[in-house]
Amino acid sequence: MKPPPFAYHRPRTRAEVDRLLAEHGADAKILAGGQSLIPIMNMRLSAPAHVIDINALEDEPAEPVVDDGVMRFGPLVRQAAAERWPERPPALAETLAYTAHPAIRSRGTIVGSVAHADPAAELPALVQALDGEVRARSTDGMRTIAARDFFLGALETALAANEWLEEVALPLRANGCAVEEFAYRHGDYAICGVIAVAQPGGGVTLPHFGVAEQAVRSELPDGRPETIREALAGVEMSDDLHATQAYRRHLAEVLGARAARRAAA
Amino acid sequence: MISIVLEVNGDRHELEVEPRKLLSDVLRQDLGLTGTHVGCEHGVCGCCTILVDDQPARSCLMLAATADGARIDTVEGLQQPDGTLHPLQEAFHKHHGLQCGFCTPGFLMLASTLYKQAPGMTDEQIRTALGGQLCRCTGYVGIVRAVRAAAALEDER
Repeated sequence: MKPPPFAYHRPRTRAEVDRLLAEHGADAKILAGGQSLIPIMNMRLSAPAHVIDINALEDEPAEPVVDDGVMRFGPLVRQAAAERWPERPPALAETLAYTAHPAIRSRGTIVGSVAHADPAAELPALVQALDGEVRARSTDGMRTIAARDFFLGALETALAANEWLEEVALPLRANGCAVEEFAYRHGDYAICGVIAVAQPGGGVTLPHFGVAEQAVRSELPDGRPETIREALAGVEMSDDLHATQAYRRHLAEVLGARAARRAAA
Repeated sequence: MISIVLEVNGDRHELEVEPRKLLSDVLRQDLGLTGTHVGCEHGVCGCCTILVDDQPARSCLMLAATADGARIDTVEGLQQPDGTLHPLQEAFHKHHGLQCGFCTPGFLMLASTLYKQAPGMTDEQIRTALGGQLCRCTGYVGIVRAVRAAAALEDER
């Protein structure tokens, strides 16, 4: 349960990170909060030849910033800092309350969780629920990627081997939003979770997470919670030792209806 | 090997460490501070919880290299130099908050960040706040009681 050996890099600037990734690409991993990367290295599920520790980057914002109705999270904004941030909207506060435990949130970053793209994690689902965007960078330049194009599957994203995420951007929207989750222990990865967002036309969109290889987005066109069964009918749920397919479907319907009701209220 | 500086319980240490060495192992093996216990080594059990710049953190999920320059507090720093227990330690003793004691250092360090607010919290809130720490003796009732009682013990002093 110790990480295997690796070459350790501690860049001071974002441009230096770009150069290191251009050189080492697929053999390198970015280390930010380390709350996902270090466990999988301890378990030897991941053995990167190079670890690029970005914790010593200079002049990085410790808190989110808001511009033009958009919350922007830099690569070293810890989840705990977002949790304490006076301007945090309810959607963010509710999501973070389900995100692991205080001792994890004090190190874990928002951007890191999104880049890791665990299908049972809350923050990637929030980015999808709010139609957020991410900004990737490399020595080739920067590009903005919409949530729907970014998440490709379990732990898979649209990032190229030489790219890393320097920002997650989420709208500070005023629409109703509600998070519901079931886990065997509060703070653990979701067996089933859902983030419902009320849309201007009266509909409700709901990405469910923890139920499949990636978050599954469904829609209640007129926002009625009773229509949740129909909305999820075509979704194939995971079946594993934590929960059967039938149990996950039951949770998805119950939690989905509950979240839709609260989001629309 | 790389050179790092850690301030642990107020003492400055200059160390040469392998980059892959976990902070928990540096505390235990290089500094001999074996009060920080190592249970699962993948961030689930909470036994290795310490404070990094006053914030609770899992020392098994942090490379010592990443902690370079940080201020670290471990369970060894809780009691006074004359041996007087920290109010939380006294409360754990008084309310039977420890059984085998393996998880206790992690509980104490996490609780040190919240016991001052605990009297105003519901049991449910305290349990949620402590939810990342596992006690396999299942001594949670005594632990919650101890965390709630510590602030009053401190006021009595």
